[in-house]
Amino acid sequence: MLIKSQKDFFSGLMFTVVGAAFAYGATGYSIGTGGRMGPGYFPLLLGVILAILGGIIMFKALVVEAPGGDKIGKWAWKPLFLIIAANVLFGVMIGGLPSIGLPPMGLIVGIFALTIVASLAGDSFRLKEVLILSVILSIGSYAAFILLLKLQFPVWPTFIAG
Amino acid sequence: MELFDNLALGFGVAFTFQNLIYAFVGCLLGTLIGVLPGVGPVATIAMLLPATYALPPVAALIMLAGIYYGAQYGGSTTAILVNLPGEASSVVTMIDGYQMARKGRAGPALAAAGLGSFFAGCVGTLILAAFAAPLTEVAFKFGPAEYFSLMVLGLIGAVVLASGSLLKAVAMIVLGLLMGLIGTDVNSGVARFSFDIPELTDGIGFIVIAMGVFGYGEIIHNLSHKEEDREVFTGKVTGLMPTATDFKNMVPAVLRGTTIGSVLGILPGGGALLAAFAAYTIEKKTKLKPGEVPFGQGNIRGVASPESANNSGSQTSFIPLLTLGIPPNAVMALMVGAMTIHNIQPGPQVMTSNPELFWGLIASMWIGNAMLVILNLPLIGMWIKLLTVPYRWLFPAIVLFCAIGVYSTNNNTWDIWMVAGFGVIGYLFIKLGVEPAPLLLGFILGPMMEENLRRAMLLSRGDWSVFVTRPLSASLLAAAAVLLVIVMLPAVKSKREEAFVEE
Repeated sequence: MLIKSQKDFFSGLMFTVVGAAFAYGATGYSIGTGGRMGPGYFPLLLGVILAILGGIIMFKALVVEAPGGDKIGKWAWKPLFLIIAANVLFGVMIGGLPSIGLPPMGLIVGIFALTIVASLAGDSFRLKEVLILSVILSIGSYAAFILLLKLQFPVWPTFIAG
Repeated sequence: MELFDNLALGFGVAFTFQNLIYAFVGCLLGTLIGVLPGVGPVATIAMLLPATYALPPVAALIMLAGIYYGAQYGGSTTAILVNLPGEASSVVTMIDGYQMARKGRAGPALAAAGLGSFFAGCVGTLILAAFAAPLTEVAFKFGPAEYFSLMVLGLIGAVVLASGSLLKAVAMIVLGLLMGLIGTDVNSGVARFSFDIPELTDGIGFIVIAMGVFGYGEIIHNLSHKEEDREVFTGKVTGLMPTATDFKNMVPAVLRGTTIGSVLGILPGGGALLAAFAAYTIEKKTKLKPGEVPFGQGNIRGVASPESANNSGSQTSFIPLLTLGIPPNAVMALMVGAMTIHNIQPGPQVMTSNPELFWGLIASMWIGNAMLVILNLPLIGMWIKLLTVPYRWLFPAIVLFCAIGVYSTNNNTWDIWMVAGFGVIGYLFIKLGVEPAPLLLGFILGPMMEENLRRAMLLSRGDWSVFVTRPLSASLLAAAAVLLVIVMLPAVKSKREEAFVEE
């Protein structure tokens, strides 16, 4: 059978899989009865409902004609990877990575790392511009978050700040 | 009059120097981010929420409310000047607003949007103040069964009025409800779906979801288009004041818009968005005066009416939140989260237990609206400057603010890993054409719904009929069913699709 609407079919599939997973997970907790619901009751109920809804959506995607096939289209892998990587890198810089012996590098290093990696996701990358932007963001963040809002951040690498 | 006593108390709170400053800062920040295209009010509030942690609760809520209106005002500026919707409800403002700007009448268009919104905001605030007390009385009669049914109605209403596929939206709600259940179950102490990860036993933070799905998801999506596709405003804005004829056309449009917005805003769901659409449709149906510019070519009514409607709508959408504790849309869901962080359980008890907070917030809304007119009209030059900032400088800054924001909520890198995951999920949602707003609503309401369902069923000893035998609960459920049926009627269905396709 042909898929009439790609978007609908795969979103339905997602709902069914996630719903079934939740429902299956819920059976691991005590279900209880209607009058005395255990921790598994509501999630099981919702999981089943979600799985059924997903099934209906998938069915409709196979039957109902959609203009142009409702294609999902190309994935923007580059921005997807780079934005998420920038975010993760920032986390690594703030918290350090003990497993490879990386100490926390602090906010400022984190800002530079994030800005440079995130900027790679744009159409054009000009290193000088990105570095200026990093400096501006560092000063701005330091003023706003550390001086003004007094948030508790490691600002400099631990081996410098001690 | 009790209403005036209450308002006096509210203005007493809101007019303290400190709270005025916070209202101002909120409006300024909100406008700042609202003007930037590609960042909606949900992402804005999520991003700026950490900035309010250190404040006392009243100040924090006043500032957040300011951010909310600010983002909406800012959105209309972007719509008029660069033909980009800063947020969903300014989509219709673009139609005539941008045409006015192209004819060199950007000034009057901005003034119409600003003044119309101010008037609508004043009316909305008054309605909120007048309705809050009686509705709260009703809320106290609610038992767990009624609350459960009310949440069902609220969630159904939210998707019925939203755009896109109804079935997918309902599924997103259920998914949100399920995600809200992750963490320790309050009744049994069992950690559900936590995979033995200690951080997950506290549940997923709503900021993580909001930022990942609305912030990162949208940035990634925006970056998949070429930069050249984005139009940049290059013209100049001269002469803010509308002419006498403009005023004559504007006034009735503003009045109509305000009325529509106030009514639709109370309804659960995309209050402000639907209000703007409805208001524009009605203006379009009203006959043109001789010599008036047709719609779609820069008619000032096409700006004034939807802008008034979305502002009064966003004002009155606080009613269900403040009186019943039920958030009617994604922004209000964030407000619930913000209140919880400050140890305030939203609901009818807020008015009696924290009257200064309740009325102070209402009064500050009016002040916030007044400030926005002052901020927006004379400072318009500054906002225009902001619009010339290229996106390639903006998005790294937004990514940074999101990352800092999530880290600062718990000072724990765990949240940063989570937001990365939700960023991927957010992009997936966009690709699959599912709307994330219902998910956030469900997520906030999940634990509340389960709690009330359990209590109601415990009281009825496991008898499900309790939801239909109690008259209040039955009528709420009936209303939800009627809503669903109406939307599924073929005639309404095609009209609904048509209305949202118009963008």
